[in-house]
Amino acid sequence: MSKTYFEILRPGINTTIQDSGRNHLYHIGITISGAMDQRNYKFANSVVNNKLNEAAIEFAYQGPLLKLRNGTINFAITGDIFFNIIRNNSQTEEGKCYQNYNLHDGEQIDIISTKNSVYGYLSVSGGFELNETWKSYSINTKAQIGPNNGKKYSINEKIFIKESNIKNIKNNQINYKNLFNNIVRVVKGTNFDYFSNEAKNIFFKEKYTVSRLVDRMGMRLDGPNLENIINTNIKSEGLVRGVIQVPADGKPIILLSDHGTIGGYPKIAIVISADLDKLGQLIPDTDINFKEVSLEEAENIFKAYNEETNKYINESN
Amino acid sequence: MIKNISNLGDAAVYCDFGSEVNEIVNSNVINYFNHLTDFAKKGKIKGINNLTPSYNKLIVSFDLSITNFLKLKEIILNLNIDKNIKKENKKIKIPVCCDDEYGLDFDRLNHKLNLSKEEILKLYFNKEYFCYMTGFIAGMPFLGDVNEKIRSDRLETPRVKVPEGSVGIVEQFANIYTFESPGGWNIIGNTPRKIFKKSNLQDPALIKPGDKVTFFQISKHDYFKFNE
Repeated sequence: MSKTYFEILRPGINTTIQDSGRNHLYHIGITISGAMDQRNYKFANSVVNNKLNEAAIEFAYQGPLLKLRNGTINFAITGDIFFNIIRNNSQTEEGKCYQNYNLHDGEQIDIISTKNSVYGYLSVSGGFELNETWKSYSINTKAQIGPNNGKKYSINEKIFIKESNIKNIKNNQINYKNLFNNIVRVVKGTNFDYFSNEAKNIFFKEKYTVSRLVDRMGMRLDGPNLENIINTNIKSEGLVRGVIQVPADGKPIILLSDHGTIGGYPKIAIVISADLDKLGQLIPDTDINFKEVSLEEAENIFKAYNEETNKYINESN
Repeated sequence: MIKNISNLGDAAVYCDFGSEVNEIVNSNVINYFNHLTDFAKKGKIKGINNLTPSYNKLIVSFDLSITNFLKLKEIILNLNIDKNIKKENKKIKIPVCCDDEYGLDFDRLNHKLNLSKEEILKLYFNKEYFCYMTGFIAGMPFLGDVNEKIRSDRLETPRVKVPEGSVGIVEQFANIYTFESPGGWNIIGNTPRKIFKKSNLQDPALIKPGDKVTFFQISKHDYFKFNE
């Protein structure tokens, strides 16, 4: 029997495979990658009864147009996404996020766009048939690591789907609404005192705007310059997702999933773990304000975020 | 020893080994890195996602749903680091062609250092370098220390694309661009040797922290003939 696969009729802007990320390789310069919005990624798997860290398709802004070949599958899309299912009788069905659908041989999924957000996720029940690289399926396009030779998907390529019995899959649904908050909570960075008192005040009082220079590596912000009174360079050292570094030009850059593993710019603050999913979804020209929380508060907020994520996941099963 | 431990955000421990950058401080960092890697592999410490050694810091990032800063800080402070357990460090020889099409910044360096290309290369090649860390891009080694007479700052305007294999110097450090990448280092040559091989799944990075590296000059003829 021939294998089941998606034929890519339109690749979309930045369509890749992502999962929970690639760990234990920072020390040789390989970053974590992984889904930019981990919660929505998990929800996509949850709705199709997958294990939560099964690899999924991540798309940005305009998603792919996919035609199913040689089989019937069950899939779900999460995020804030406008998509259609084109049935074999030529009828177009408007798709709803956070619920699962069956798709038959020859039918298509047309992911038209994200709504006021950047990323969305498509999971299929049983998962995609891919090769693992260093215990992760995430595509890292900068180092060209992962499935599809580490490249984003192009037209006419195929994404194979594992054989899976979908007869017993019931209809699942999560009642989730993506709420975007313009407050980004941070804890103070290890170089906070490199900045003048005025800069510290500005950082927490003034608004910053997401610039057009944003991708999976990082997010450059527009806004008032932050004056450094000690040194605009530090000895290069390790970085993590969420670090807000300020180069000599005084404009903050927030590091995201595909960030460089080491860097030499002072760190004014670090975004708390619970706010990273929402941060990655902010589109250019969005205004944000930074709010300081203590480490203990950040940990409590993360606990609540985790519990909330699990509550929705349990709801779907 | 660790001078100070603080939190880098809510999901990483920032271990500071002091402000100096030298082989002794860095060996200390690498010693902690090796021990923590070992403990994490054996399951003695839970929740560690990544360990990033650099010149004088070690960043330990972790899964906040498994552990937290205070727990890991406690573990790291109480680690019994046996200084005698050292990993075998490799000695690696890297061929470099410095013909003008590869040595992109000799004009700048001649001017800044007041030395000829031959003098710069003599000082550069006549040295064993120590690998302080790898990173920024996959497998890029940060080596030191470069002879004081050939230390220079970064390019005022970084290149948008530095060719793969480029060998560069900045201040007390030397490095090799393992991929084409943006960058601001002074480029003095190019190596035909693959420094990062993703096909080598067990050991993709040729040069690792603690390794010793020497460079030797090759002709363009040898550059094209080079075969590992």
